[in-house]
Amino acid sequence: MISHPGLVLILAAAALAPLRGWPRAVLALAAPAASLAIVWQLPEGIHWQTRWLGMDLVPLAVDRLSRLFAIIFALMAFGGALFALNQARRLELPAAFLYAGAAIGVVLAGDLVTVFVFWEVMAIGSTLVLWSSASPRAYAASLRYLMVHLFGGMLLFAGVAAHVLDTGSTAFVAMSIDNVAGKFILAAFLVNAAAWPLSAWLPDAYPEASWSGMVFLSAFTTKTAVYVLARGFPGTELLVYVGLAMVFYGIVYALLENDMRRILAYSIVNQVGFMVTGIGIGTEMALNGAAAHAFTHILYKALLLMSAGSVLLVTGRRKCTDLGGLYRSMPFTTACGIIGALAISSFPLTSGFVSKSMISQAAADGHLFAVWMLLAAASAGVFLHAGIKFPWFVFFQKDSGLRPPEPPWNMRLAMALFSALCIGLGIFYEPLYRLLPHPVDYAPYTGWHVVAQLQLLLFSGLAFFVMLGWLRRTLTITLDLDWLYRVAFPGLALAAGGAFAASLAAVRAALVRSSVPLGAGARRLLGPGGTFARTWPSGSMALGMMLMLLAFLLSYYLF
Amino acid sequence: MWKIFIAVLAATVAAQLFIESHPHFAVERLFAWNALYGFLACGALILVARALGLLLKRRDDYYDD
Repeated sequence: MISHPGLVLILAAAALAPLRGWPRAVLALAAPAASLAIVWQLPEGIHWQTRWLGMDLVPLAVDRLSRLFAIIFALMAFGGALFALNQARRLELPAAFLYAGAAIGVVLAGDLVTVFVFWEVMAIGSTLVLWSSASPRAYAASLRYLMVHLFGGMLLFAGVAAHVLDTGSTAFVAMSIDNVAGKFILAAFLVNAAAWPLSAWLPDAYPEASWSGMVFLSAFTTKTAVYVLARGFPGTELLVYVGLAMVFYGIVYALLENDMRRILAYSIVNQVGFMVTGIGIGTEMALNGAAAHAFTHILYKALLLMSAGSVLLVTGRRKCTDLGGLYRSMPFTTACGIIGALAISSFPLTSGFVSKSMISQAAADGHLFAVWMLLAAASAGVFLHAGIKFPWFVFFQKDSGLRPPEPPWNMRLAMALFSALCIGLGIFYEPLYRLLPHPVDYAPYTGWHVVAQLQLLLFSGLAFFVMLGWLRRTLTITLDLDWLYRVAFPGLALAAGGAFAASLAAVRAALVRSSVPLGAGARRLLGPGGTFARTWPSGSMALGMMLMLLAFLLSYYLF
Repeated sequence: MWKIFIAVLAATVAAQLFIESHPHFAVERLFAWNALYGFLACGALILVARALGLLLKRRDDYYDD
């Protein structure tokens, strides 16, 4: 009997809910640690198997790809729990564990039905994380978020049902998008990947979570989507274009954004875009790169959001226009934020450098010149919007006059742990490479590669400071496609409702008008003294009857 | 600060002279190609963002009624 690392976290979520004080803290750290230990020891192969309603279910199956994702999810749950230990809202941590456990359930599922079940649990867990933030804005955003994800779940259900009907098999293997089933399943996966144009839910909802909630939210939904895309649709050319669209969408919107955590939310879309592009290229090198990048991305994005969450907790402010100069009183948080920013920018000696470069290398190996050029431009753009913009406007820039203290010890410890991992994986990358789904034949640290990357990034930094005037923050948001369901559709519905009500009123008025002469006619015929209401002599009725009988007789003889 | 920054920039370009090059595509054979491309790409991205901003920027209480 092998226990399931995802269910361990889900059970811990139930157990955490009533606990307080140190037992809660112990369980919050022990459960993800246990989950990590179990994943680490799970051998490859199928472990749980059953039949239900005539379908083969495989709730626990492990291969190299699923183990890599399960490891990083368990590690993330541990770091996030450490960071969130002092979170006063008691719903958040159980909700986050439900969410993380379901994400591990998705990646360890060997069949599509199990994927669907955990997919929906993930939507519920993440919505509960948003609810625990307990602000009206977060609640409104969570309902929009839930609507999008239930829609995605519906697409997945339809796709899986069609797939099972077509093939008679529930096994989760690589699929084609030439049939209806494949199209529905791909669409469902892309909703969760925040693929453009289905991306607006992410920057709409995630930044409304609490200071610790967004750390959890950033990790699981989009990266499970990366995992299922890598398993279900490797080498699907469409994904190259979708991925590149996400990469540039993320950069441009992040450049325009003023809210520090919304900058990082757009940056999630940007980073997932690199992974989706890699999956679209689909070679072993590209899939290794996408998987490795998902792994390192979870760590540095969590680190960036921990530093932003610390700032939010101690200052209560989230807009770049209200922040600045925090390095004076928060040097530790600043240093951790900078390490995360360097890692996301793929600076040499950080984790991003050893992972993202594999995707570019795969594009070069496939002679995809345009893709390779766009990826290089996007790498420079990452440094621009996340690597410099985030730390510059939050920690440096002008002096906002704020002198907040550093956050509590557990938050600093979580940031220190993830900073160490970001740098550690950048230097000792072999353990990560050994975990990747395919054998790795790649050396990231060649002199040429390091110098080329440094030139690209540092001159992108030069562009930032030269054009700083054009990047000045304003109290604005930028309209995204969520405008359609927040303004346009409700507006259309209201207008349509108004038009319907108006036409109803017109019909009613016309009826009333036309009924006036109708009523008068009816009154003339049927009213007191009207034609039908007169008393008639019974003889005239007998005459009428006789005429009718005669007519009947005649017609009988004639026809 | 600017002086240090410019010195570092110059150093990364100069470093190219001392290492063996492994270009993937012909365009990388141009001297300081990555520096030029990084700068121009970012300039272009900032311009695109600015143009899009003119169209789509709204006050940040746009959705709060």
